[in-house]
Amino acid sequence: MHEMHEMIQEEAPAASAVPRKRGRAIVVTSGKGGVGKTTTTANVGAALGASGASVVLVDADVGLRNLDIVLGLEARVRHHVLDVLEGKVTLDDALVTDKRVPTLRLLAAAQTREKDDVDTIAFRDLISSLRDRFDYVLIDCPAGIEKGFVNAIVGADEAIVVCTPEVSAVRDADRVVGLLGDNRTIKLIINRLRPALVRKGKMLSVDDVNGILRLPLLGVIAEAPDVIVSTNRGEPVALDDASPVGAAYRQIAQRISGTLTGPPEIPRERTFFEKLFGSAK
Amino acid sequence: MLQFIQRFFGKPPSSATAKERLRLVLLSDHLSLAPDVVEALKHDLIEVISRYVDVDVPNCDVTFEQREKEVAMLANIPILGMHPRPVPPPPPAPPPPPSRGPDLPLLDPTKTGASVAVAERPPAVEPPPAPKPAKPKASGPANGHRPTRRKRRKGMSTNTAAPATS
Repeated sequence: MHEMHEMIQEEAPAASAVPRKRGRAIVVTSGKGGVGKTTTTANVGAALGASGASVVLVDADVGLRNLDIVLGLEARVRHHVLDVLEGKVTLDDALVTDKRVPTLRLLAAAQTREKDDVDTIAFRDLISSLRDRFDYVLIDCPAGIEKGFVNAIVGADEAIVVCTPEVSAVRDADRVVGLLGDNRTIKLIINRLRPALVRKGKMLSVDDVNGILRLPLLGVIAEAPDVIVSTNRGEPVALDDASPVGAAYRQIAQRISGTLTGPPEIPRERTFFEKLFGSAK
Repeated sequence: MLQFIQRFFGKPPSSATAKERLRLVLLSDHLSLAPDVVEALKHDLIEVISRYVDVDVPNCDVTFEQREKEVAMLANIPILGMHPRPVPPPPPAPPPPPSRGPDLPLLDPTKTGASVAVAERPPAVEPPPAPKPAKPKASGPANGHRPTRRKRRKGMSTNTAAPATS
């Protein structure tokens, strides 16, 4: 009887016998460079992973690999995405496990190759197979709207657009939203907001930016020294319980997973007393 | 209003400038029209209307406005008076095909932006407006199509808001 049971299991096609995970593939994109895509990918991924979900971060910026640096995993990267696509190593050989969050993995980009070396269909299939194994597949999209962009978005059915409160960033974000098409869920993160400048009328506000982009807002990240310091150290600020910016990233992760609803908090200026006595941190 | 702010508070806040620049650049992006094309459109529009009525050319104003789901063209064309006798329109020239900037491969070339409705709409059911004689109905301010956001200018004016097609 036991043998019989085993036989039936073996005969059944693997796809239907093993209930596959069907994770979410989310591309983090912006069009414009330097707005914080990689930092966002690292921190949102770390926060999702810290909440217990299994997460893989895929660096699609072939030729300009940086996600490993932001995560502090650069010394552990042995193989990269093109090694996997070209069949030189297995996926498991190339995945790097995060040193702080055991459910977080990184698939690094190739540093010495070009974006045109990546086959779009193969990359899409890779993302698809990662979705079978992870709750979240976060893809760090390169700047621009050329082949690297096309590769990064092809396997994703959701997108996070990162935008800073600048004319050029909003324009590029608008363009990218058009290119992402109607079949993807698109949400917005406004990065590097400086509340004091907004109050003085020297920076576009959250409403100014999203009045144009009109996307569901996942969160707003204030420009803060914490982010720079954490990047220097290779420790995602999202894992810093004391950091307000880290808290903002954790809330973004909760909004993605659906455990937090309602409009996101807009960063505010520190009050007179907070400035006087220093923040709680 | 802008002048008022400038007079009393110096330059307007730079965020307001940023917002306005952004509005204009996105409009142009969405319409796939370069500023000189908009200028040419304005010129032609005034020329056609001038055949029927005496137009206050220096005060003519043609703008595009981003609405919830479309871009609208707003023409504010003050009229000084009627011509004694309407001049019949010249034989129609076929309109040039709308030019569209180059777009990405692999992706739908009609999609140029987030909230463009006009460019993404399916082709209009009715054929492009054939050059029928322009209606000289702009005979007074009691024109029902007045958009609320535009202030009226002195004198009679035609003030039409029509969804722009690119």
